[in-house]
Amino acid sequence: MAKLSKPAKIYLALVFAILYAPIFYLIFYSFNSGGTMSSFEGFTLEHYAAVFNDTRLLIILMNTVIVALLSSLISTAIGVLGAIGIVFLRNRKTRNAVLSLNTILIVSPDVIIGASFLILFTMIGVKLGFASVLISHIAFSIPIVVIMVLPKLQEMSHSLIDAATDLGASKRDILTRVIIPYIKPGIFAGFFLALTYSLDDFAVTFFVTGNGFSTLSIEIYSMARAGITLTINALSALIFAVTLGLVLGYYFFTQRAGQSPGTGGAKV
Amino acid sequence: MKDNPSRPFYLVPYYLWIALFVIAPITLIFYFSFLDLTGAFTLENYQNFFSSVYLRMTLSSFWYAFLITLITILIAYPTAYWLTKTKHKQLWLLLIIIPSWINLLLKAYAFIGIFGLYGPANKLLQTLGAGPWQILFTDFSFIFVSVYIFIPFMVLPIFNSLDKINPALIDASRDLGASSFTTFRRVIFPLAINGVKSGVQAVFIPALSLFVITRLIAGNKVITLGTAIEQQFLVTQNWGMGSTIAMFLILFMIIIMMLTGQKEKGGSYNGKTK
Repeated sequence: MAKLSKPAKIYLALVFAILYAPIFYLIFYSFNSGGTMSSFEGFTLEHYAAVFNDTRLLIILMNTVIVALLSSLISTAIGVLGAIGIVFLRNRKTRNAVLSLNTILIVSPDVIIGASFLILFTMIGVKLGFASVLISHIAFSIPIVVIMVLPKLQEMSHSLIDAATDLGASKRDILTRVIIPYIKPGIFAGFFLALTYSLDDFAVTFFVTGNGFSTLSIEIYSMARAGITLTINALSALIFAVTLGLVLGYYFFTQRAGQSPGTGGAKV
Repeated sequence: MKDNPSRPFYLVPYYLWIALFVIAPITLIFYFSFLDLTGAFTLENYQNFFSSVYLRMTLSSFWYAFLITLITILIAYPTAYWLTKTKHKQLWLLLIIIPSWINLLLKAYAFIGIFGLYGPANKLLQTLGAGPWQILFTDFSFIFVSVYIFIPFMVLPIFNSLDKINPALIDASRDLGASSFTTFRRVIFPLAINGVKSGVQAVFIPALSLFVITRLIAGNKVITLGTAIEQQFLVTQNWGMGSTIAMFLILFMIIIMMLTGQKEKGGSYNGKTK
């Protein structure tokens, strides 16, 4: 393979610099004792202290984590069972129809998911708040889990199940002793992805959260609309660290699952 | 999987999900698009949509999305191309993708600081002799930030399709006397066009529908379809009009996906059609 030319290297370096500059800019000013993002006056950790001393913010952080964990656990359970069901569907037409329905929420823009869920919750009388946010997060995570688990299920040789049946395993045994262990890496990848989607979501939550309940991204949005507060910078440094950990964890599992990692979709 | 008994009970919660959160919401949006503010049946929303105000908004939203997509391709294509030639390409690719996992709001917030009146962008301009400019809340800042956010989503699919090309084909083209440019135009580009298509899908639709960037970075200078929907639902509380715009956004989305659709999908999940 040809070596990279100098302009190519400079170009790539420039792209990387531009991609990372805003993130490091944010983190850098989180240590600024002056209150702005334009002149650095001195080193301080007071903005981090502000994050940890702000009870309201900590409650919001806890809400966010609880919603993320619960929604990814529940959506993983439903998604894994759904994927197993889809693979065993005999009729190819039904299977393809189900798969197309599965992709709808993945490709839909967040505004549409948010707006339609808002109508739905209002119609069936779910109070906007924790419940509506949790249900929405479960709803948009399920198809992601299905997509992460399906390839694993498809590559599994059917003779494994036949062998288990021949050896006298019950259906339940086949599920818990054969299928689930085999697709485990896919399940973990799906769980991680659901977790990051939930933590990252702003638009859907923005529509379905009422006045009383707030997640971190909603809070950051209202803070950012009010202007610059270095508390957001400290928060973003912390979030960056957590995100990095999650991404690396996710890659670890997808590498083991032998799948090419996804983009994380267009969930922006 | 012929002789296996189907297990519909696995599918019960999943089917419930499809009914409640895939089919019902779309049906509701469709239904609400025919309701006026009092909840009576009307076609007025659709009439309004074809009035000059909404048509102009739709056109400008498309124009911005087009510009954003084009610039993103122009930046991402060479990036992806050269990335495939680096030594640890998967690692470099991972580094390109990581920023896309950072919350969108934080990236937008960073640009509030960078483009601010006293921010680094204006400082740079001042050292170059140009006065401080109002960069924030202009359409330039909107396009810049959008392109910044979408670059990873464009690099990834293009990288994947470039990476799949058999190097023997490129060698063959060279051996047959093609120049590098001809090789690119006649061999590499056509083979990697599917990556560009997936990238366009991943960028164009969000560019039409994102409302965070417009709200935080563009002030009220730029109104995209997404911003309009958010406005109708959460500010004006006119769900009927909001649903109508949403119906059109869905329609545009379907058209774009058909235009950029591929016979043989790159996604691993679409297999099983043997």
